[in-house]
Amino acid sequence: MLVNDKKQLCSFRVDDLLLGVDVLDIQEVILHHESTPVPCSPKVVTGLMNLRGEIVTTLDLRTRLNLGPLAKGRPMNVVVRSDGELFSLLVDEIGDVVEVGAEDFEEPPETLADDMRELIVGTYKLEKDLLLVLDKDKAVSIES
Amino acid sequence: MDDIIQDFLVESFEGLDQLDEDLVDLEQDPSNKDCIPSIFRTIHTIKGTCGFLGFSNLESLTHIGENLLSKLREGKVEVTEPIITALLQFGDATREIMQTIAETEEEGNHDVSELIEVLRALNDGAEAPAPVDPVKSPQASTPEEPVPSKSEIPQPQQEEKPPADEKDEEEVSQQISTTDETTTEEPAANDEKAADDPPQSEKSDDETVKAQVVVEETPKSDKKSSKTKIGKSPVNQSIRVDVELLDSLMNLVGELVLARNQILQVDTSDSDSIMSNASQRLNLITSELQESVMKTRMQAIGTVCNKFPRVVRDLSLSCNKKARILIEGSETEVDRTIIEAIKDPLTHIIRNSVDHGIESPEERLLAGKDEEGLVVLRAFHEGGQVNIEIKDDGAGLDSEALKRKARTLDLMDAAKLDRVSDGELFKLIFHPGFSTAKKVTNVSGRGVGMDVVKTNIEKIGGTIDIASTRRVGTTFRIKIPLTLAIIPALMIGEADHCFAIPQASLLELVRLDSNSAANTIEKVHSTPVYRLRGELLPLVFLDEQLGLADGDRPDVINIVVLKSEDTLFGLVVGEVRDSIEIVVKPLSKQLSGMPHYAGATILGDGQVALILDVTGLARIAGLLGEVGEAIAATKKIIDSEDSRGPAVPVLVVETGCSAPLAMELREVARIEETLKSNIEMTGNQEVLQYRGGIMPLFKVADAIGCSFGNWEEGEEEAETVYVIVYEVGEKSIGLVVERIVDVLDVRIELDEGSKRQGVRGAIVIDDTITELLDLDEIVGMLAPSLLDSKPQLCEV
Repeated sequence: MLVNDKKQLCSFRVDDLLLGVDVLDIQEVILHHESTPVPCSPKVVTGLMNLRGEIVTTLDLRTRLNLGPLAKGRPMNVVVRSDGELFSLLVDEIGDVVEVGAEDFEEPPETLADDMRELIVGTYKLEKDLLLVLDKDKAVSIES
Repeated sequence: MDDIIQDFLVESFEGLDQLDEDLVDLEQDPSNKDCIPSIFRTIHTIKGTCGFLGFSNLESLTHIGENLLSKLREGKVEVTEPIITALLQFGDATREIMQTIAETEEEGNHDVSELIEVLRALNDGAEAPAPVDPVKSPQASTPEEPVPSKSEIPQPQQEEKPPADEKDEEEVSQQISTTDETTTEEPAANDEKAADDPPQSEKSDDETVKAQVVVEETPKSDKKSSKTKIGKSPVNQSIRVDVELLDSLMNLVGELVLARNQILQVDTSDSDSIMSNASQRLNLITSELQESVMKTRMQAIGTVCNKFPRVVRDLSLSCNKKARILIEGSETEVDRTIIEAIKDPLTHIIRNSVDHGIESPEERLLAGKDEEGLVVLRAFHEGGQVNIEIKDDGAGLDSEALKRKARTLDLMDAAKLDRVSDGELFKLIFHPGFSTAKKVTNVSGRGVGMDVVKTNIEKIGGTIDIASTRRVGTTFRIKIPLTLAIIPALMIGEADHCFAIPQASLLELVRLDSNSAANTIEKVHSTPVYRLRGELLPLVFLDEQLGLADGDRPDVINIVVLKSEDTLFGLVVGEVRDSIEIVVKPLSKQLSGMPHYAGATILGDGQVALILDVTGLARIAGLLGEVGEAIAATKKIIDSEDSRGPAVPVLVVETGCSAPLAMELREVARIEETLKSNIEMTGNQEVLQYRGGIMPLFKVADAIGCSFGNWEEGEEEAETVYVIVYEVGEKSIGLVVERIVDVLDVRIELDEGSKRQGVRGAIVIDDTITELLDLDEIVGMLAPSLLDSKPQLCEV
């Protein structure tokens, strides 16, 4: 982390968390998109959606992070690429693209619950908020 | 420049560039043999094409190079520096010759004999002589070459030497080395070449055509006379695009069409807004775009077929036949990938038709046919498939020859061969190693090929059939799908979900209406079953399997009868919708482990639907495991309910005794039908040749003491008898009966009143009293030694 230590993260909210994923890993952000539920699938999988002819599995981040269901409004889709496949992460709300520097980076706080800790790479201290960096590869890997 | 040469050059140059790269890679890492096949393929393709185009010099050069590569590939020769050097030189020489071809359409007279020598030496395992200049004194342009005078015009074809390929390598290379000085002494190659390369200079097209006609008549007349034309450089007006890119383009267009449809629906309310105009245009543009994108993948079958007249012409010349090809429907379009896949099979079939099908002109005249053979290739669309027919008016397949060949190759046993239909017999030519050609030519007859043709066609979901009439001709019919990756599927609905079931595993649909539904579904243990035409069909409720069950059963029950790994089961679904064609897409890694689904697809309205995995469903429902066995066991119990014994299959025969006889089928190894004339005598024993051995025969009637008489006098009208083969270990014994009546499942209720030696008792079959034989005992009586397993008659 010397010269190119500035990073752009796409931020989004899930419950009261502000999460971020490197913009380069994000294909697109789309509004609520109809998806086909998959009976018997793991709970995290909310369905399959048709993204311009490609079938994309949608995963509910709330379920993944062991948070309760979204009270109101419709979730947004953050389409990320992981291991050559596209996945859509359902989030509550989309935030800005934030530029962060390495100097603001810290390991995830010790107090973070275990199941969340494994998905969080670290924290960036923003002016008003803490931005948790989501490990998208771990977030989409679940046992079926 | 001729299209075929153009294509050849473009392809070959690409291949050669790759070859240099691969060779250097190989030298750096000799253990990496991955690139050898690709090098080999390049050279092989060049060699093959040269053969047809008549570039004999290049052909023999590539031939020897190919041999060396083939040894490298098989690991018979180690990768050494001299080998790589020689191969690189060989690549250079090939490239130079092809450059000459590109410029002059002739291969020129490059002297490659030394290089050939080097390659041969390496091939034989010797160290290479000092590296040579790959192409000695390349005379890049040919005009200086002495023009053969008219007096040297070709000898009649009959006097031609056989084409170079038929000879073994050494002869070829000798010829090559002499060819350079005395080019005209290689008639076969030159004849082809002369006609292949009509003089074209700066004449107008018309003149060229005329000239071509002249050339056809006097093949060598003014060959090489006016070689001033500079060939176009082989640069194509096309670019190569990754098929994946086209696929994704097609997907996007599909989506665009759906979006357009949505907009059109919104728009109808308000007819003359700007929006309306824009959407009209969007509509038109989208349609056109869709059409064009579809077209990028579709190609006229002509792109393949147009090469065939040349192939037929050259081939018929080289095997001294007269043949032409007529192509119908060359504008028929199919998917690009399919074109690629059928190219080689079609070429192969056509070559076979000319080489084996069409007779020599003399034979044809004798048979009252036109001297010139005709091969017709017809392509047309029918029933959503592309049909291609290749029909020749040649000699047809000789079913007797096929039988003989089948016998020598031991593909079918003799008895079956006698009964086999012509259609089945013709299919033998698709068997690997099967060829009835009397001689092997460089073109075909090695028995490799038709099996590959069949596999290739089946690989793309096509079928191939043959029809043939002796002396009239042979027709191959190929049916191929328009495109790949699309499968027919039945759509079903279950509690607001929509699923696809691949039609391949679907057998039938059963609908039980409200009256019958409740009554006809029964339970075996806890598994519901349905009696389908007397057979028990285990039922799987889709809603239960997928956790969608809501408790109440509908009045009407739809059963989709499916087959999975030989297990039949009924899938009870909520609703049966229509049958559509779907494109199968894989599921993501989170879901691919689920046994329920085989994939997903996008429906016409843009919705995603899951494709059910029939085998997986059967497995999770337990039908393939223990429950399956339990059901099978129950089946048996039900079958034998209210009976005093289990039903067993018995064979009922007539032997001339007053009553028919029966025997348990499990005691019978085989039943053979044979002509009486095939029965021979050794000593006092009637015997039959059976599977390469001698099988002693006994009359059942004699054995149980119920006279049957001699078969010579008893029933002279019947020419055949049936032999029931009983096996003890490796040995067989035949029991002769007159007629096979039936095979039935019978519950054996023996009336032991009539029990005697060889007879277990009497049973009633179809209201007839039938004696049940005890074959073990009978054989023990007739041939006691057989059971003692002493050396026997039946051993030869």
